[in-house]
Amino acid sequence: MNAPPRHEDLLVQQLADSRFTVPGMRCAGCIAKIERGLGELEGVETARVNLSAKKVTIRHQHNLSEADLVEAIARIGFEAQLASDNPLAQDDLEAKSLFRALAVAGFGMMNVMLLSVSIWSGAGSVTRELFHWLSALIALPVIAYSGRPFFSSAAMALKNARTNMDVPISIGVLLATGLSLYETLTGGAHAYFDGAVMLLFFLLAGRALDSAMRNKARAGIGALLSKMGRSATVLQENGSSTSIAAENLEPGMLMLVAPGEALAADGVVEKGLTSFDNSMLTGESQPVPAGVGDLAHAGAINLGGAVRIRITAAASQTVLAEIARLMDEAGQSRSSYVRIADRAARIYAPAVHSLALLAFAGWMVAGAGWYQSLVIAIAVLIITCPCAMGLAVPAAQVVASGALAKSGLLVKDGSALERLAEVDMALFDKTGTLTLGEPVPRIGELSPEEAAIALALAQTSRHPLSKGLARFLAAKGIAPAPVADISERGGIGLSGRLGPVPVALERPSGEYGALATSLRVGEKTTVITFADPLRSDCAEVIARLKAEGLDSRIVSGDRAASVAPVARILGTDFEAALLPEEKLSLLNRWKASGRRPLMIGDGINDSPALAAAHASIAPASASDISQQAADAVFLSNELMPVALAVTMARRTMRVIRQNFGFAVVYNILAIPLALAGLVTPLIAAVAMSLSSLVVVGNSLRLARIAR
Amino acid sequence: MTGLALLIPVALGLGLLGLAAFFWAMRKGQFEDLDGAAQRIFINDEEDDK
Repeated sequence: MNAPPRHEDLLVQQLADSRFTVPGMRCAGCIAKIERGLGELEGVETARVNLSAKKVTIRHQHNLSEADLVEAIARIGFEAQLASDNPLAQDDLEAKSLFRALAVAGFGMMNVMLLSVSIWSGAGSVTRELFHWLSALIALPVIAYSGRPFFSSAAMALKNARTNMDVPISIGVLLATGLSLYETLTGGAHAYFDGAVMLLFFLLAGRALDSAMRNKARAGIGALLSKMGRSATVLQENGSSTSIAAENLEPGMLMLVAPGEALAADGVVEKGLTSFDNSMLTGESQPVPAGVGDLAHAGAINLGGAVRIRITAAASQTVLAEIARLMDEAGQSRSSYVRIADRAARIYAPAVHSLALLAFAGWMVAGAGWYQSLVIAIAVLIITCPCAMGLAVPAAQVVASGALAKSGLLVKDGSALERLAEVDMALFDKTGTLTLGEPVPRIGELSPEEAAIALALAQTSRHPLSKGLARFLAAKGIAPAPVADISERGGIGLSGRLGPVPVALERPSGEYGALATSLRVGEKTTVITFADPLRSDCAEVIARLKAEGLDSRIVSGDRAASVAPVARILGTDFEAALLPEEKLSLLNRWKASGRRPLMIGDGINDSPALAAAHASIAPASASDISQQAADAVFLSNELMPVALAVTMARRTMRVIRQNFGFAVVYNILAIPLALAGLVTPLIAAVAMSLSSLVVVGNSLRLARIAR
Repeated sequence: MTGLALLIPVALGLGLLGLAAFFWAMRKGQFEDLDGAAQRIFINDEEDDK
């Protein structure tokens, strides 16, 4: 009985952690389903969902492979991908250190304020001195800790002979601390420790909000990424197959591409007959048939049966990588965009510094003595310190991006919102952007019995058309017929038996191309064609953009014959059959003529244009590279978030301008007091918190407008 | 003054305690999934589920 349970010990040692991205999770029900469903699985120790990041972490035994777990999550009803290493860890770290600094500043502010209030209400000389010493004791370490983000950024700016918002903040805080320390040492009446710490607290609140917003959007977008061909199944000489990451593929390798899989490298078809969906790569909506000897490119999706492809170019040599390079270069121009807060700081910082200097010189000339002149100069610096300015922008942007996220649009950062507000024309890609980008079957000719048979067959296959058909029929509320003996033959189709009647879902013979399938029941065959319909609210969105003063155009890589009908329905101009570099140069021409285009696109071929545009939006179904290039990603099947984003961005800018206006008015009122030497620490503290509260309150109105 | 000698350390101590609690919560990942935490209260316990 005392023998240790050896094999259980071994099992415990063999536990592994795997992380998966599950973009479909939305609610408490999803959390419960996934955690319970996985928990009941043999070999799973624990499963923990992180809803914000749309990830699930599974602690499981080694004998359970990652593919098994993906399969298990699929059975529960969610699509999952293995999550790669977190590329956001760096940002996360920055946000965390900001929140720590904020907490420390908050602690310092409350305690220093506690002591300050008693001084303001008239604490006597010994008590006052004691309280000043205590304040110094709290404030000095707090400022040293919480001020670091500002000090390091200001030092960096000064080293490059520039100035930014952090320079006046740092100078103000450091001078106020130095002066207060001097006052404390000499038993003076006024110490500004409370002002210095409070300033840090409000400014850190602005920074922390800004970084929290960035992280949230990036986590959401990160969860959508990685649908593309990141790895390939490579056949070895001895007939075994291994999975190799895309960047390690080499020309000459033979890869096996399953139906529905994206190619990870360029190559020539060596065995098999199929068709490729190049819509991500070129914007072309019609699938391209391919047989032995035909060329296929990385990023194309295999629509037909399994094929073997001999790699001719891999990793950085592919057409895909070429487009990525083009995109990187196009994105350079955007990094030079100056955000509104920095633009304000460029005017504001020199003005404040010269004013303080002027105050010092003026009072010296007036014969006030260097000590009193310095006190007044510092009071000017503190009271004009951009407390409200530091909050004016992030507060409005956080509220706006939160409201947009609720309506299904994730904005990557504040700069994106500022640029979205400035666009004056909209360029739409067609395939996957104006259209849904997934085949929807026309089932008008099917009887209910036939539809039930089609569903029974289609739901067993992983072929993209079958999946599209099954999803569509299931959504219509059709129940699958009891079809038995279903078997799938690659490249041909599915067959089964309903009672005595043979049934099949096959590639149609004839002229239908690859976007059709034929259902055979006994002797009767019905052809089901697929179409890629427009998003339901395209016309409405274009009208709304027009009302905002944005002309819309279609820029597509697809043939003119497919683009023209869409353009006619929507009443827009169009350009068709554009290569990625042509899209880019078209965009640059618009930019050169002084326009600020908003690009909306999803394909890999759109990504250089997305990166070069003044602002850009991609749907969640877009390729990884486009989502990375875009400023915002919308999650819904409707296009409306695009119009909403422009409206909301403009309203946000209006609120930001109001906030700035308020900060300026406040300074105009406060500066004479400071110059006259009337500002005591009490007045500085009250003025500072009041202006910050007004700015935050004004920004919160945005949430109400959005509703 | 004796009152102050007691009250000020108490006030500071409580503040520090709160700060320490925040740092602890941060390190333990309590703020990793705020959306999830908001939704989890809707999940019924296994026992009174059905």
